[in-house]
Amino acid sequence: MNMSHSKSALLRQFASALAAVSFMAAPVMAAEGEEGAHGGGSHHIERQDWSYSGIAGQFDRPQLRRGFQVYKDVCSSCHGLNRVKFRNLVQPGGPEFDEEAVKALAAEWPNQIMDGPNDEGEMFERPAKLSDPIRGPYKNEKEARAAQNGAFPPDLSLITRARGVHNDAAWYIHVPMMLMDVITGYAEGGSDYLYAILTGYEEPPEGFHLAEGMNYNKYFEGNQIAMVQPLPEGGAVEYEENAGAKASLSQNAADVTAFLAWAADPSMDQRKQLGWTALIYLAITTLLLWLAKKRIWARVKH
Amino acid sequence: MAKWWDERLPLPRMMHDQFIDFPTPRNLNYLWTFGGILTFCLVAQIVTGIVLAMHYQPSAAEAFNSLDHIRRDVNYGWLIQAMHAVGASMFFIAVYIHIFRGLYYGSYRAPREILWILGVFIFLAMMATAFMGYALPWGQMSFWGVTVITNLFSSLDQVIPGLGTAIVQWLWGGYSVSGTTLNRFFSLHYLLPFVIFGLVILHIWALHVAGQNNPTGIEIKTKSDSLPMYPYAVAKDAVGLFAFVILFAWFVLFLPDYLGHPDNFTEANPLVTPPHIVPEWYFLPFYAILRAIPDKLGGVIAMFASIAILAFIPWLDRSPVRSAKYRPIYKWFFWLFLISCLALGYLGSKPAEGVYVFWARIFTLYYFAHFLIVMPIVSSIETPTKTPRSITEAVLGEDEAAGAGAGVPAGAAAAPEHR
Repeated sequence: MNMSHSKSALLRQFASALAAVSFMAAPVMAAEGEEGAHGGGSHHIERQDWSYSGIAGQFDRPQLRRGFQVYKDVCSSCHGLNRVKFRNLVQPGGPEFDEEAVKALAAEWPNQIMDGPNDEGEMFERPAKLSDPIRGPYKNEKEARAAQNGAFPPDLSLITRARGVHNDAAWYIHVPMMLMDVITGYAEGGSDYLYAILTGYEEPPEGFHLAEGMNYNKYFEGNQIAMVQPLPEGGAVEYEENAGAKASLSQNAADVTAFLAWAADPSMDQRKQLGWTALIYLAITTLLLWLAKKRIWARVKH
Repeated sequence: MAKWWDERLPLPRMMHDQFIDFPTPRNLNYLWTFGGILTFCLVAQIVTGIVLAMHYQPSAAEAFNSLDHIRRDVNYGWLIQAMHAVGASMFFIAVYIHIFRGLYYGSYRAPREILWILGVFIFLAMMATAFMGYALPWGQMSFWGVTVITNLFSSLDQVIPGLGTAIVQWLWGGYSVSGTTLNRFFSLHYLLPFVIFGLVILHIWALHVAGQNNPTGIEIKTKSDSLPMYPYAVAKDAVGLFAFVILFAWFVLFLPDYLGHPDNFTEANPLVTPPHIVPEWYFLPFYAILRAIPDKLGGVIAMFASIAILAFIPWLDRSPVRSAKYRPIYKWFFWLFLISCLALGYLGSKPAEGVYVFWARIFTLYYFAHFLIVMPIVSSIETPTKTPRSITEAVLGEDEAAGAGAGVPAGAAAAPEHR
């Protein structure tokens, strides 16, 4: 993904200009203004330029494929993707992998499917099929917590829709920002948050007390996160020659975020395409109805 | 065929009289299209809701999964589910515009008191339906929203010890919010829209007896004041409806999650409380009023009173004219009231602390003062500006209206039976 930040840079300038105005206008309110548009932690979460941003954005097929690779190689060692079935990886609108390849992938998936009872009345584990969910390594929350030092790695199927960037801007910025978001179709708060978390690992600042087994993340609420840094600086996951991008921390993070955004909302491409069709139809119909109304009302003075 | 029917059950006759020939004031603006828009919203919610109920599982174990199943695996389930969830918000956008239109043009004044009060009941039923509907996805915000709001009734323990607790346990069907609560909320959520439908029929009936109000607030006096509903009002309603559907489609197809809360994509967990529990946006002004009062019971009373008070305004407003257009002083208070409601909405989304509580109290105070103090006093002392003598005069100007035979009172002739 070409991580050009032109759009977010513009927004940032806009926000800082507003913050500056607020600073001059009302010193008390400015304190709020500077905190503006925060995510979970104490750090401002940047809006990224996603291929699926806004009303016209669509998922980028090669990116979804790379993102799945990152999920498979890194995330899946702790996190499940239980609401997504292997067959979804083949379906249009997603990574659109080859069906035979996904069949093989499912059969080799280390976290097998509990099935049964068999003819002897026993439950048994079997390899996954296309119709099975993409399971994580743990059978249940208890097992996960036991293995993870008490922490629970959540299922990632809906993660980008279950997270968001909270708008804490002062009231006079809040309303114009909301309107801008509605007009531009900003629905990527969850993606922005996830990307921030994945790239937000740092050495804790001096004097910061980090609890045992916790990690410092500048974007996470309270800055202490149980998850160890999943993606290292150099980029953990090497891509194939023709994958369309070179591995790096930001590239891995962006790719897996895009993949999880698709996993949470697999009909997004179709939804937005239908959106344009519906809007064009509705706009033309409204116009025709308005012309008809004008004509009808032309018969009487009004 | 129509004649055969009319001799046995005059349904075609009634539809013709009430929805084709029905005299509508000729000066209605686009704010009057919201009645039709609201009817559309109700029907859309019922239709999408019936389809969703075919796939939804009202149990604590399966509710969240079944919603996800609807979005992922049911054909166009993602569309139907988004239409229903966004549709609730659209319904409230439309009803708020409809209510404020009524407030501005004095549509609650005699002879439309019953019409207005029926509207207040519809609004209450809508709120109950939406609240219970929001519980059904069984996400974190569903669960904790239900917990917070149902718990409000426990404040009645301050009146009669044990009463509040009894009511809360009766609502829950147990000692905590559980799958039993979800079951009964689903049952009522399916029932109440049909109650609303019945109330809407009464609302429209009352409207067609009293006749429509209009921007001048003057009754239809002569034939030239009105136009038949078809094609004039219908043509305008169609434009308004389709323009509204554009907004509707924008949210459904581009921003289906915008009006909801991300926490509702995490399954309900009684052991984990979200840091910041907020209701849906359309309840925020009332939530702000609830939290503005330092006493729990007082807050609950204020919240319910803020809606109940609407039923009494036909008698609180004593102005000789209906429409705020001709009320130079009251007009400003109307806008102040609108700003107060918007401000309360904003404050309801903020934590109840510091400066937010202060402002919530100020605006809550004005909310009630507007009805209890401003409305009676201003309407008594204010001198309205000159109103036109008739709707025709308002539309055509004094000279032409004289030609059109206006100003000859022929009795209020809205309903066809009085024509």
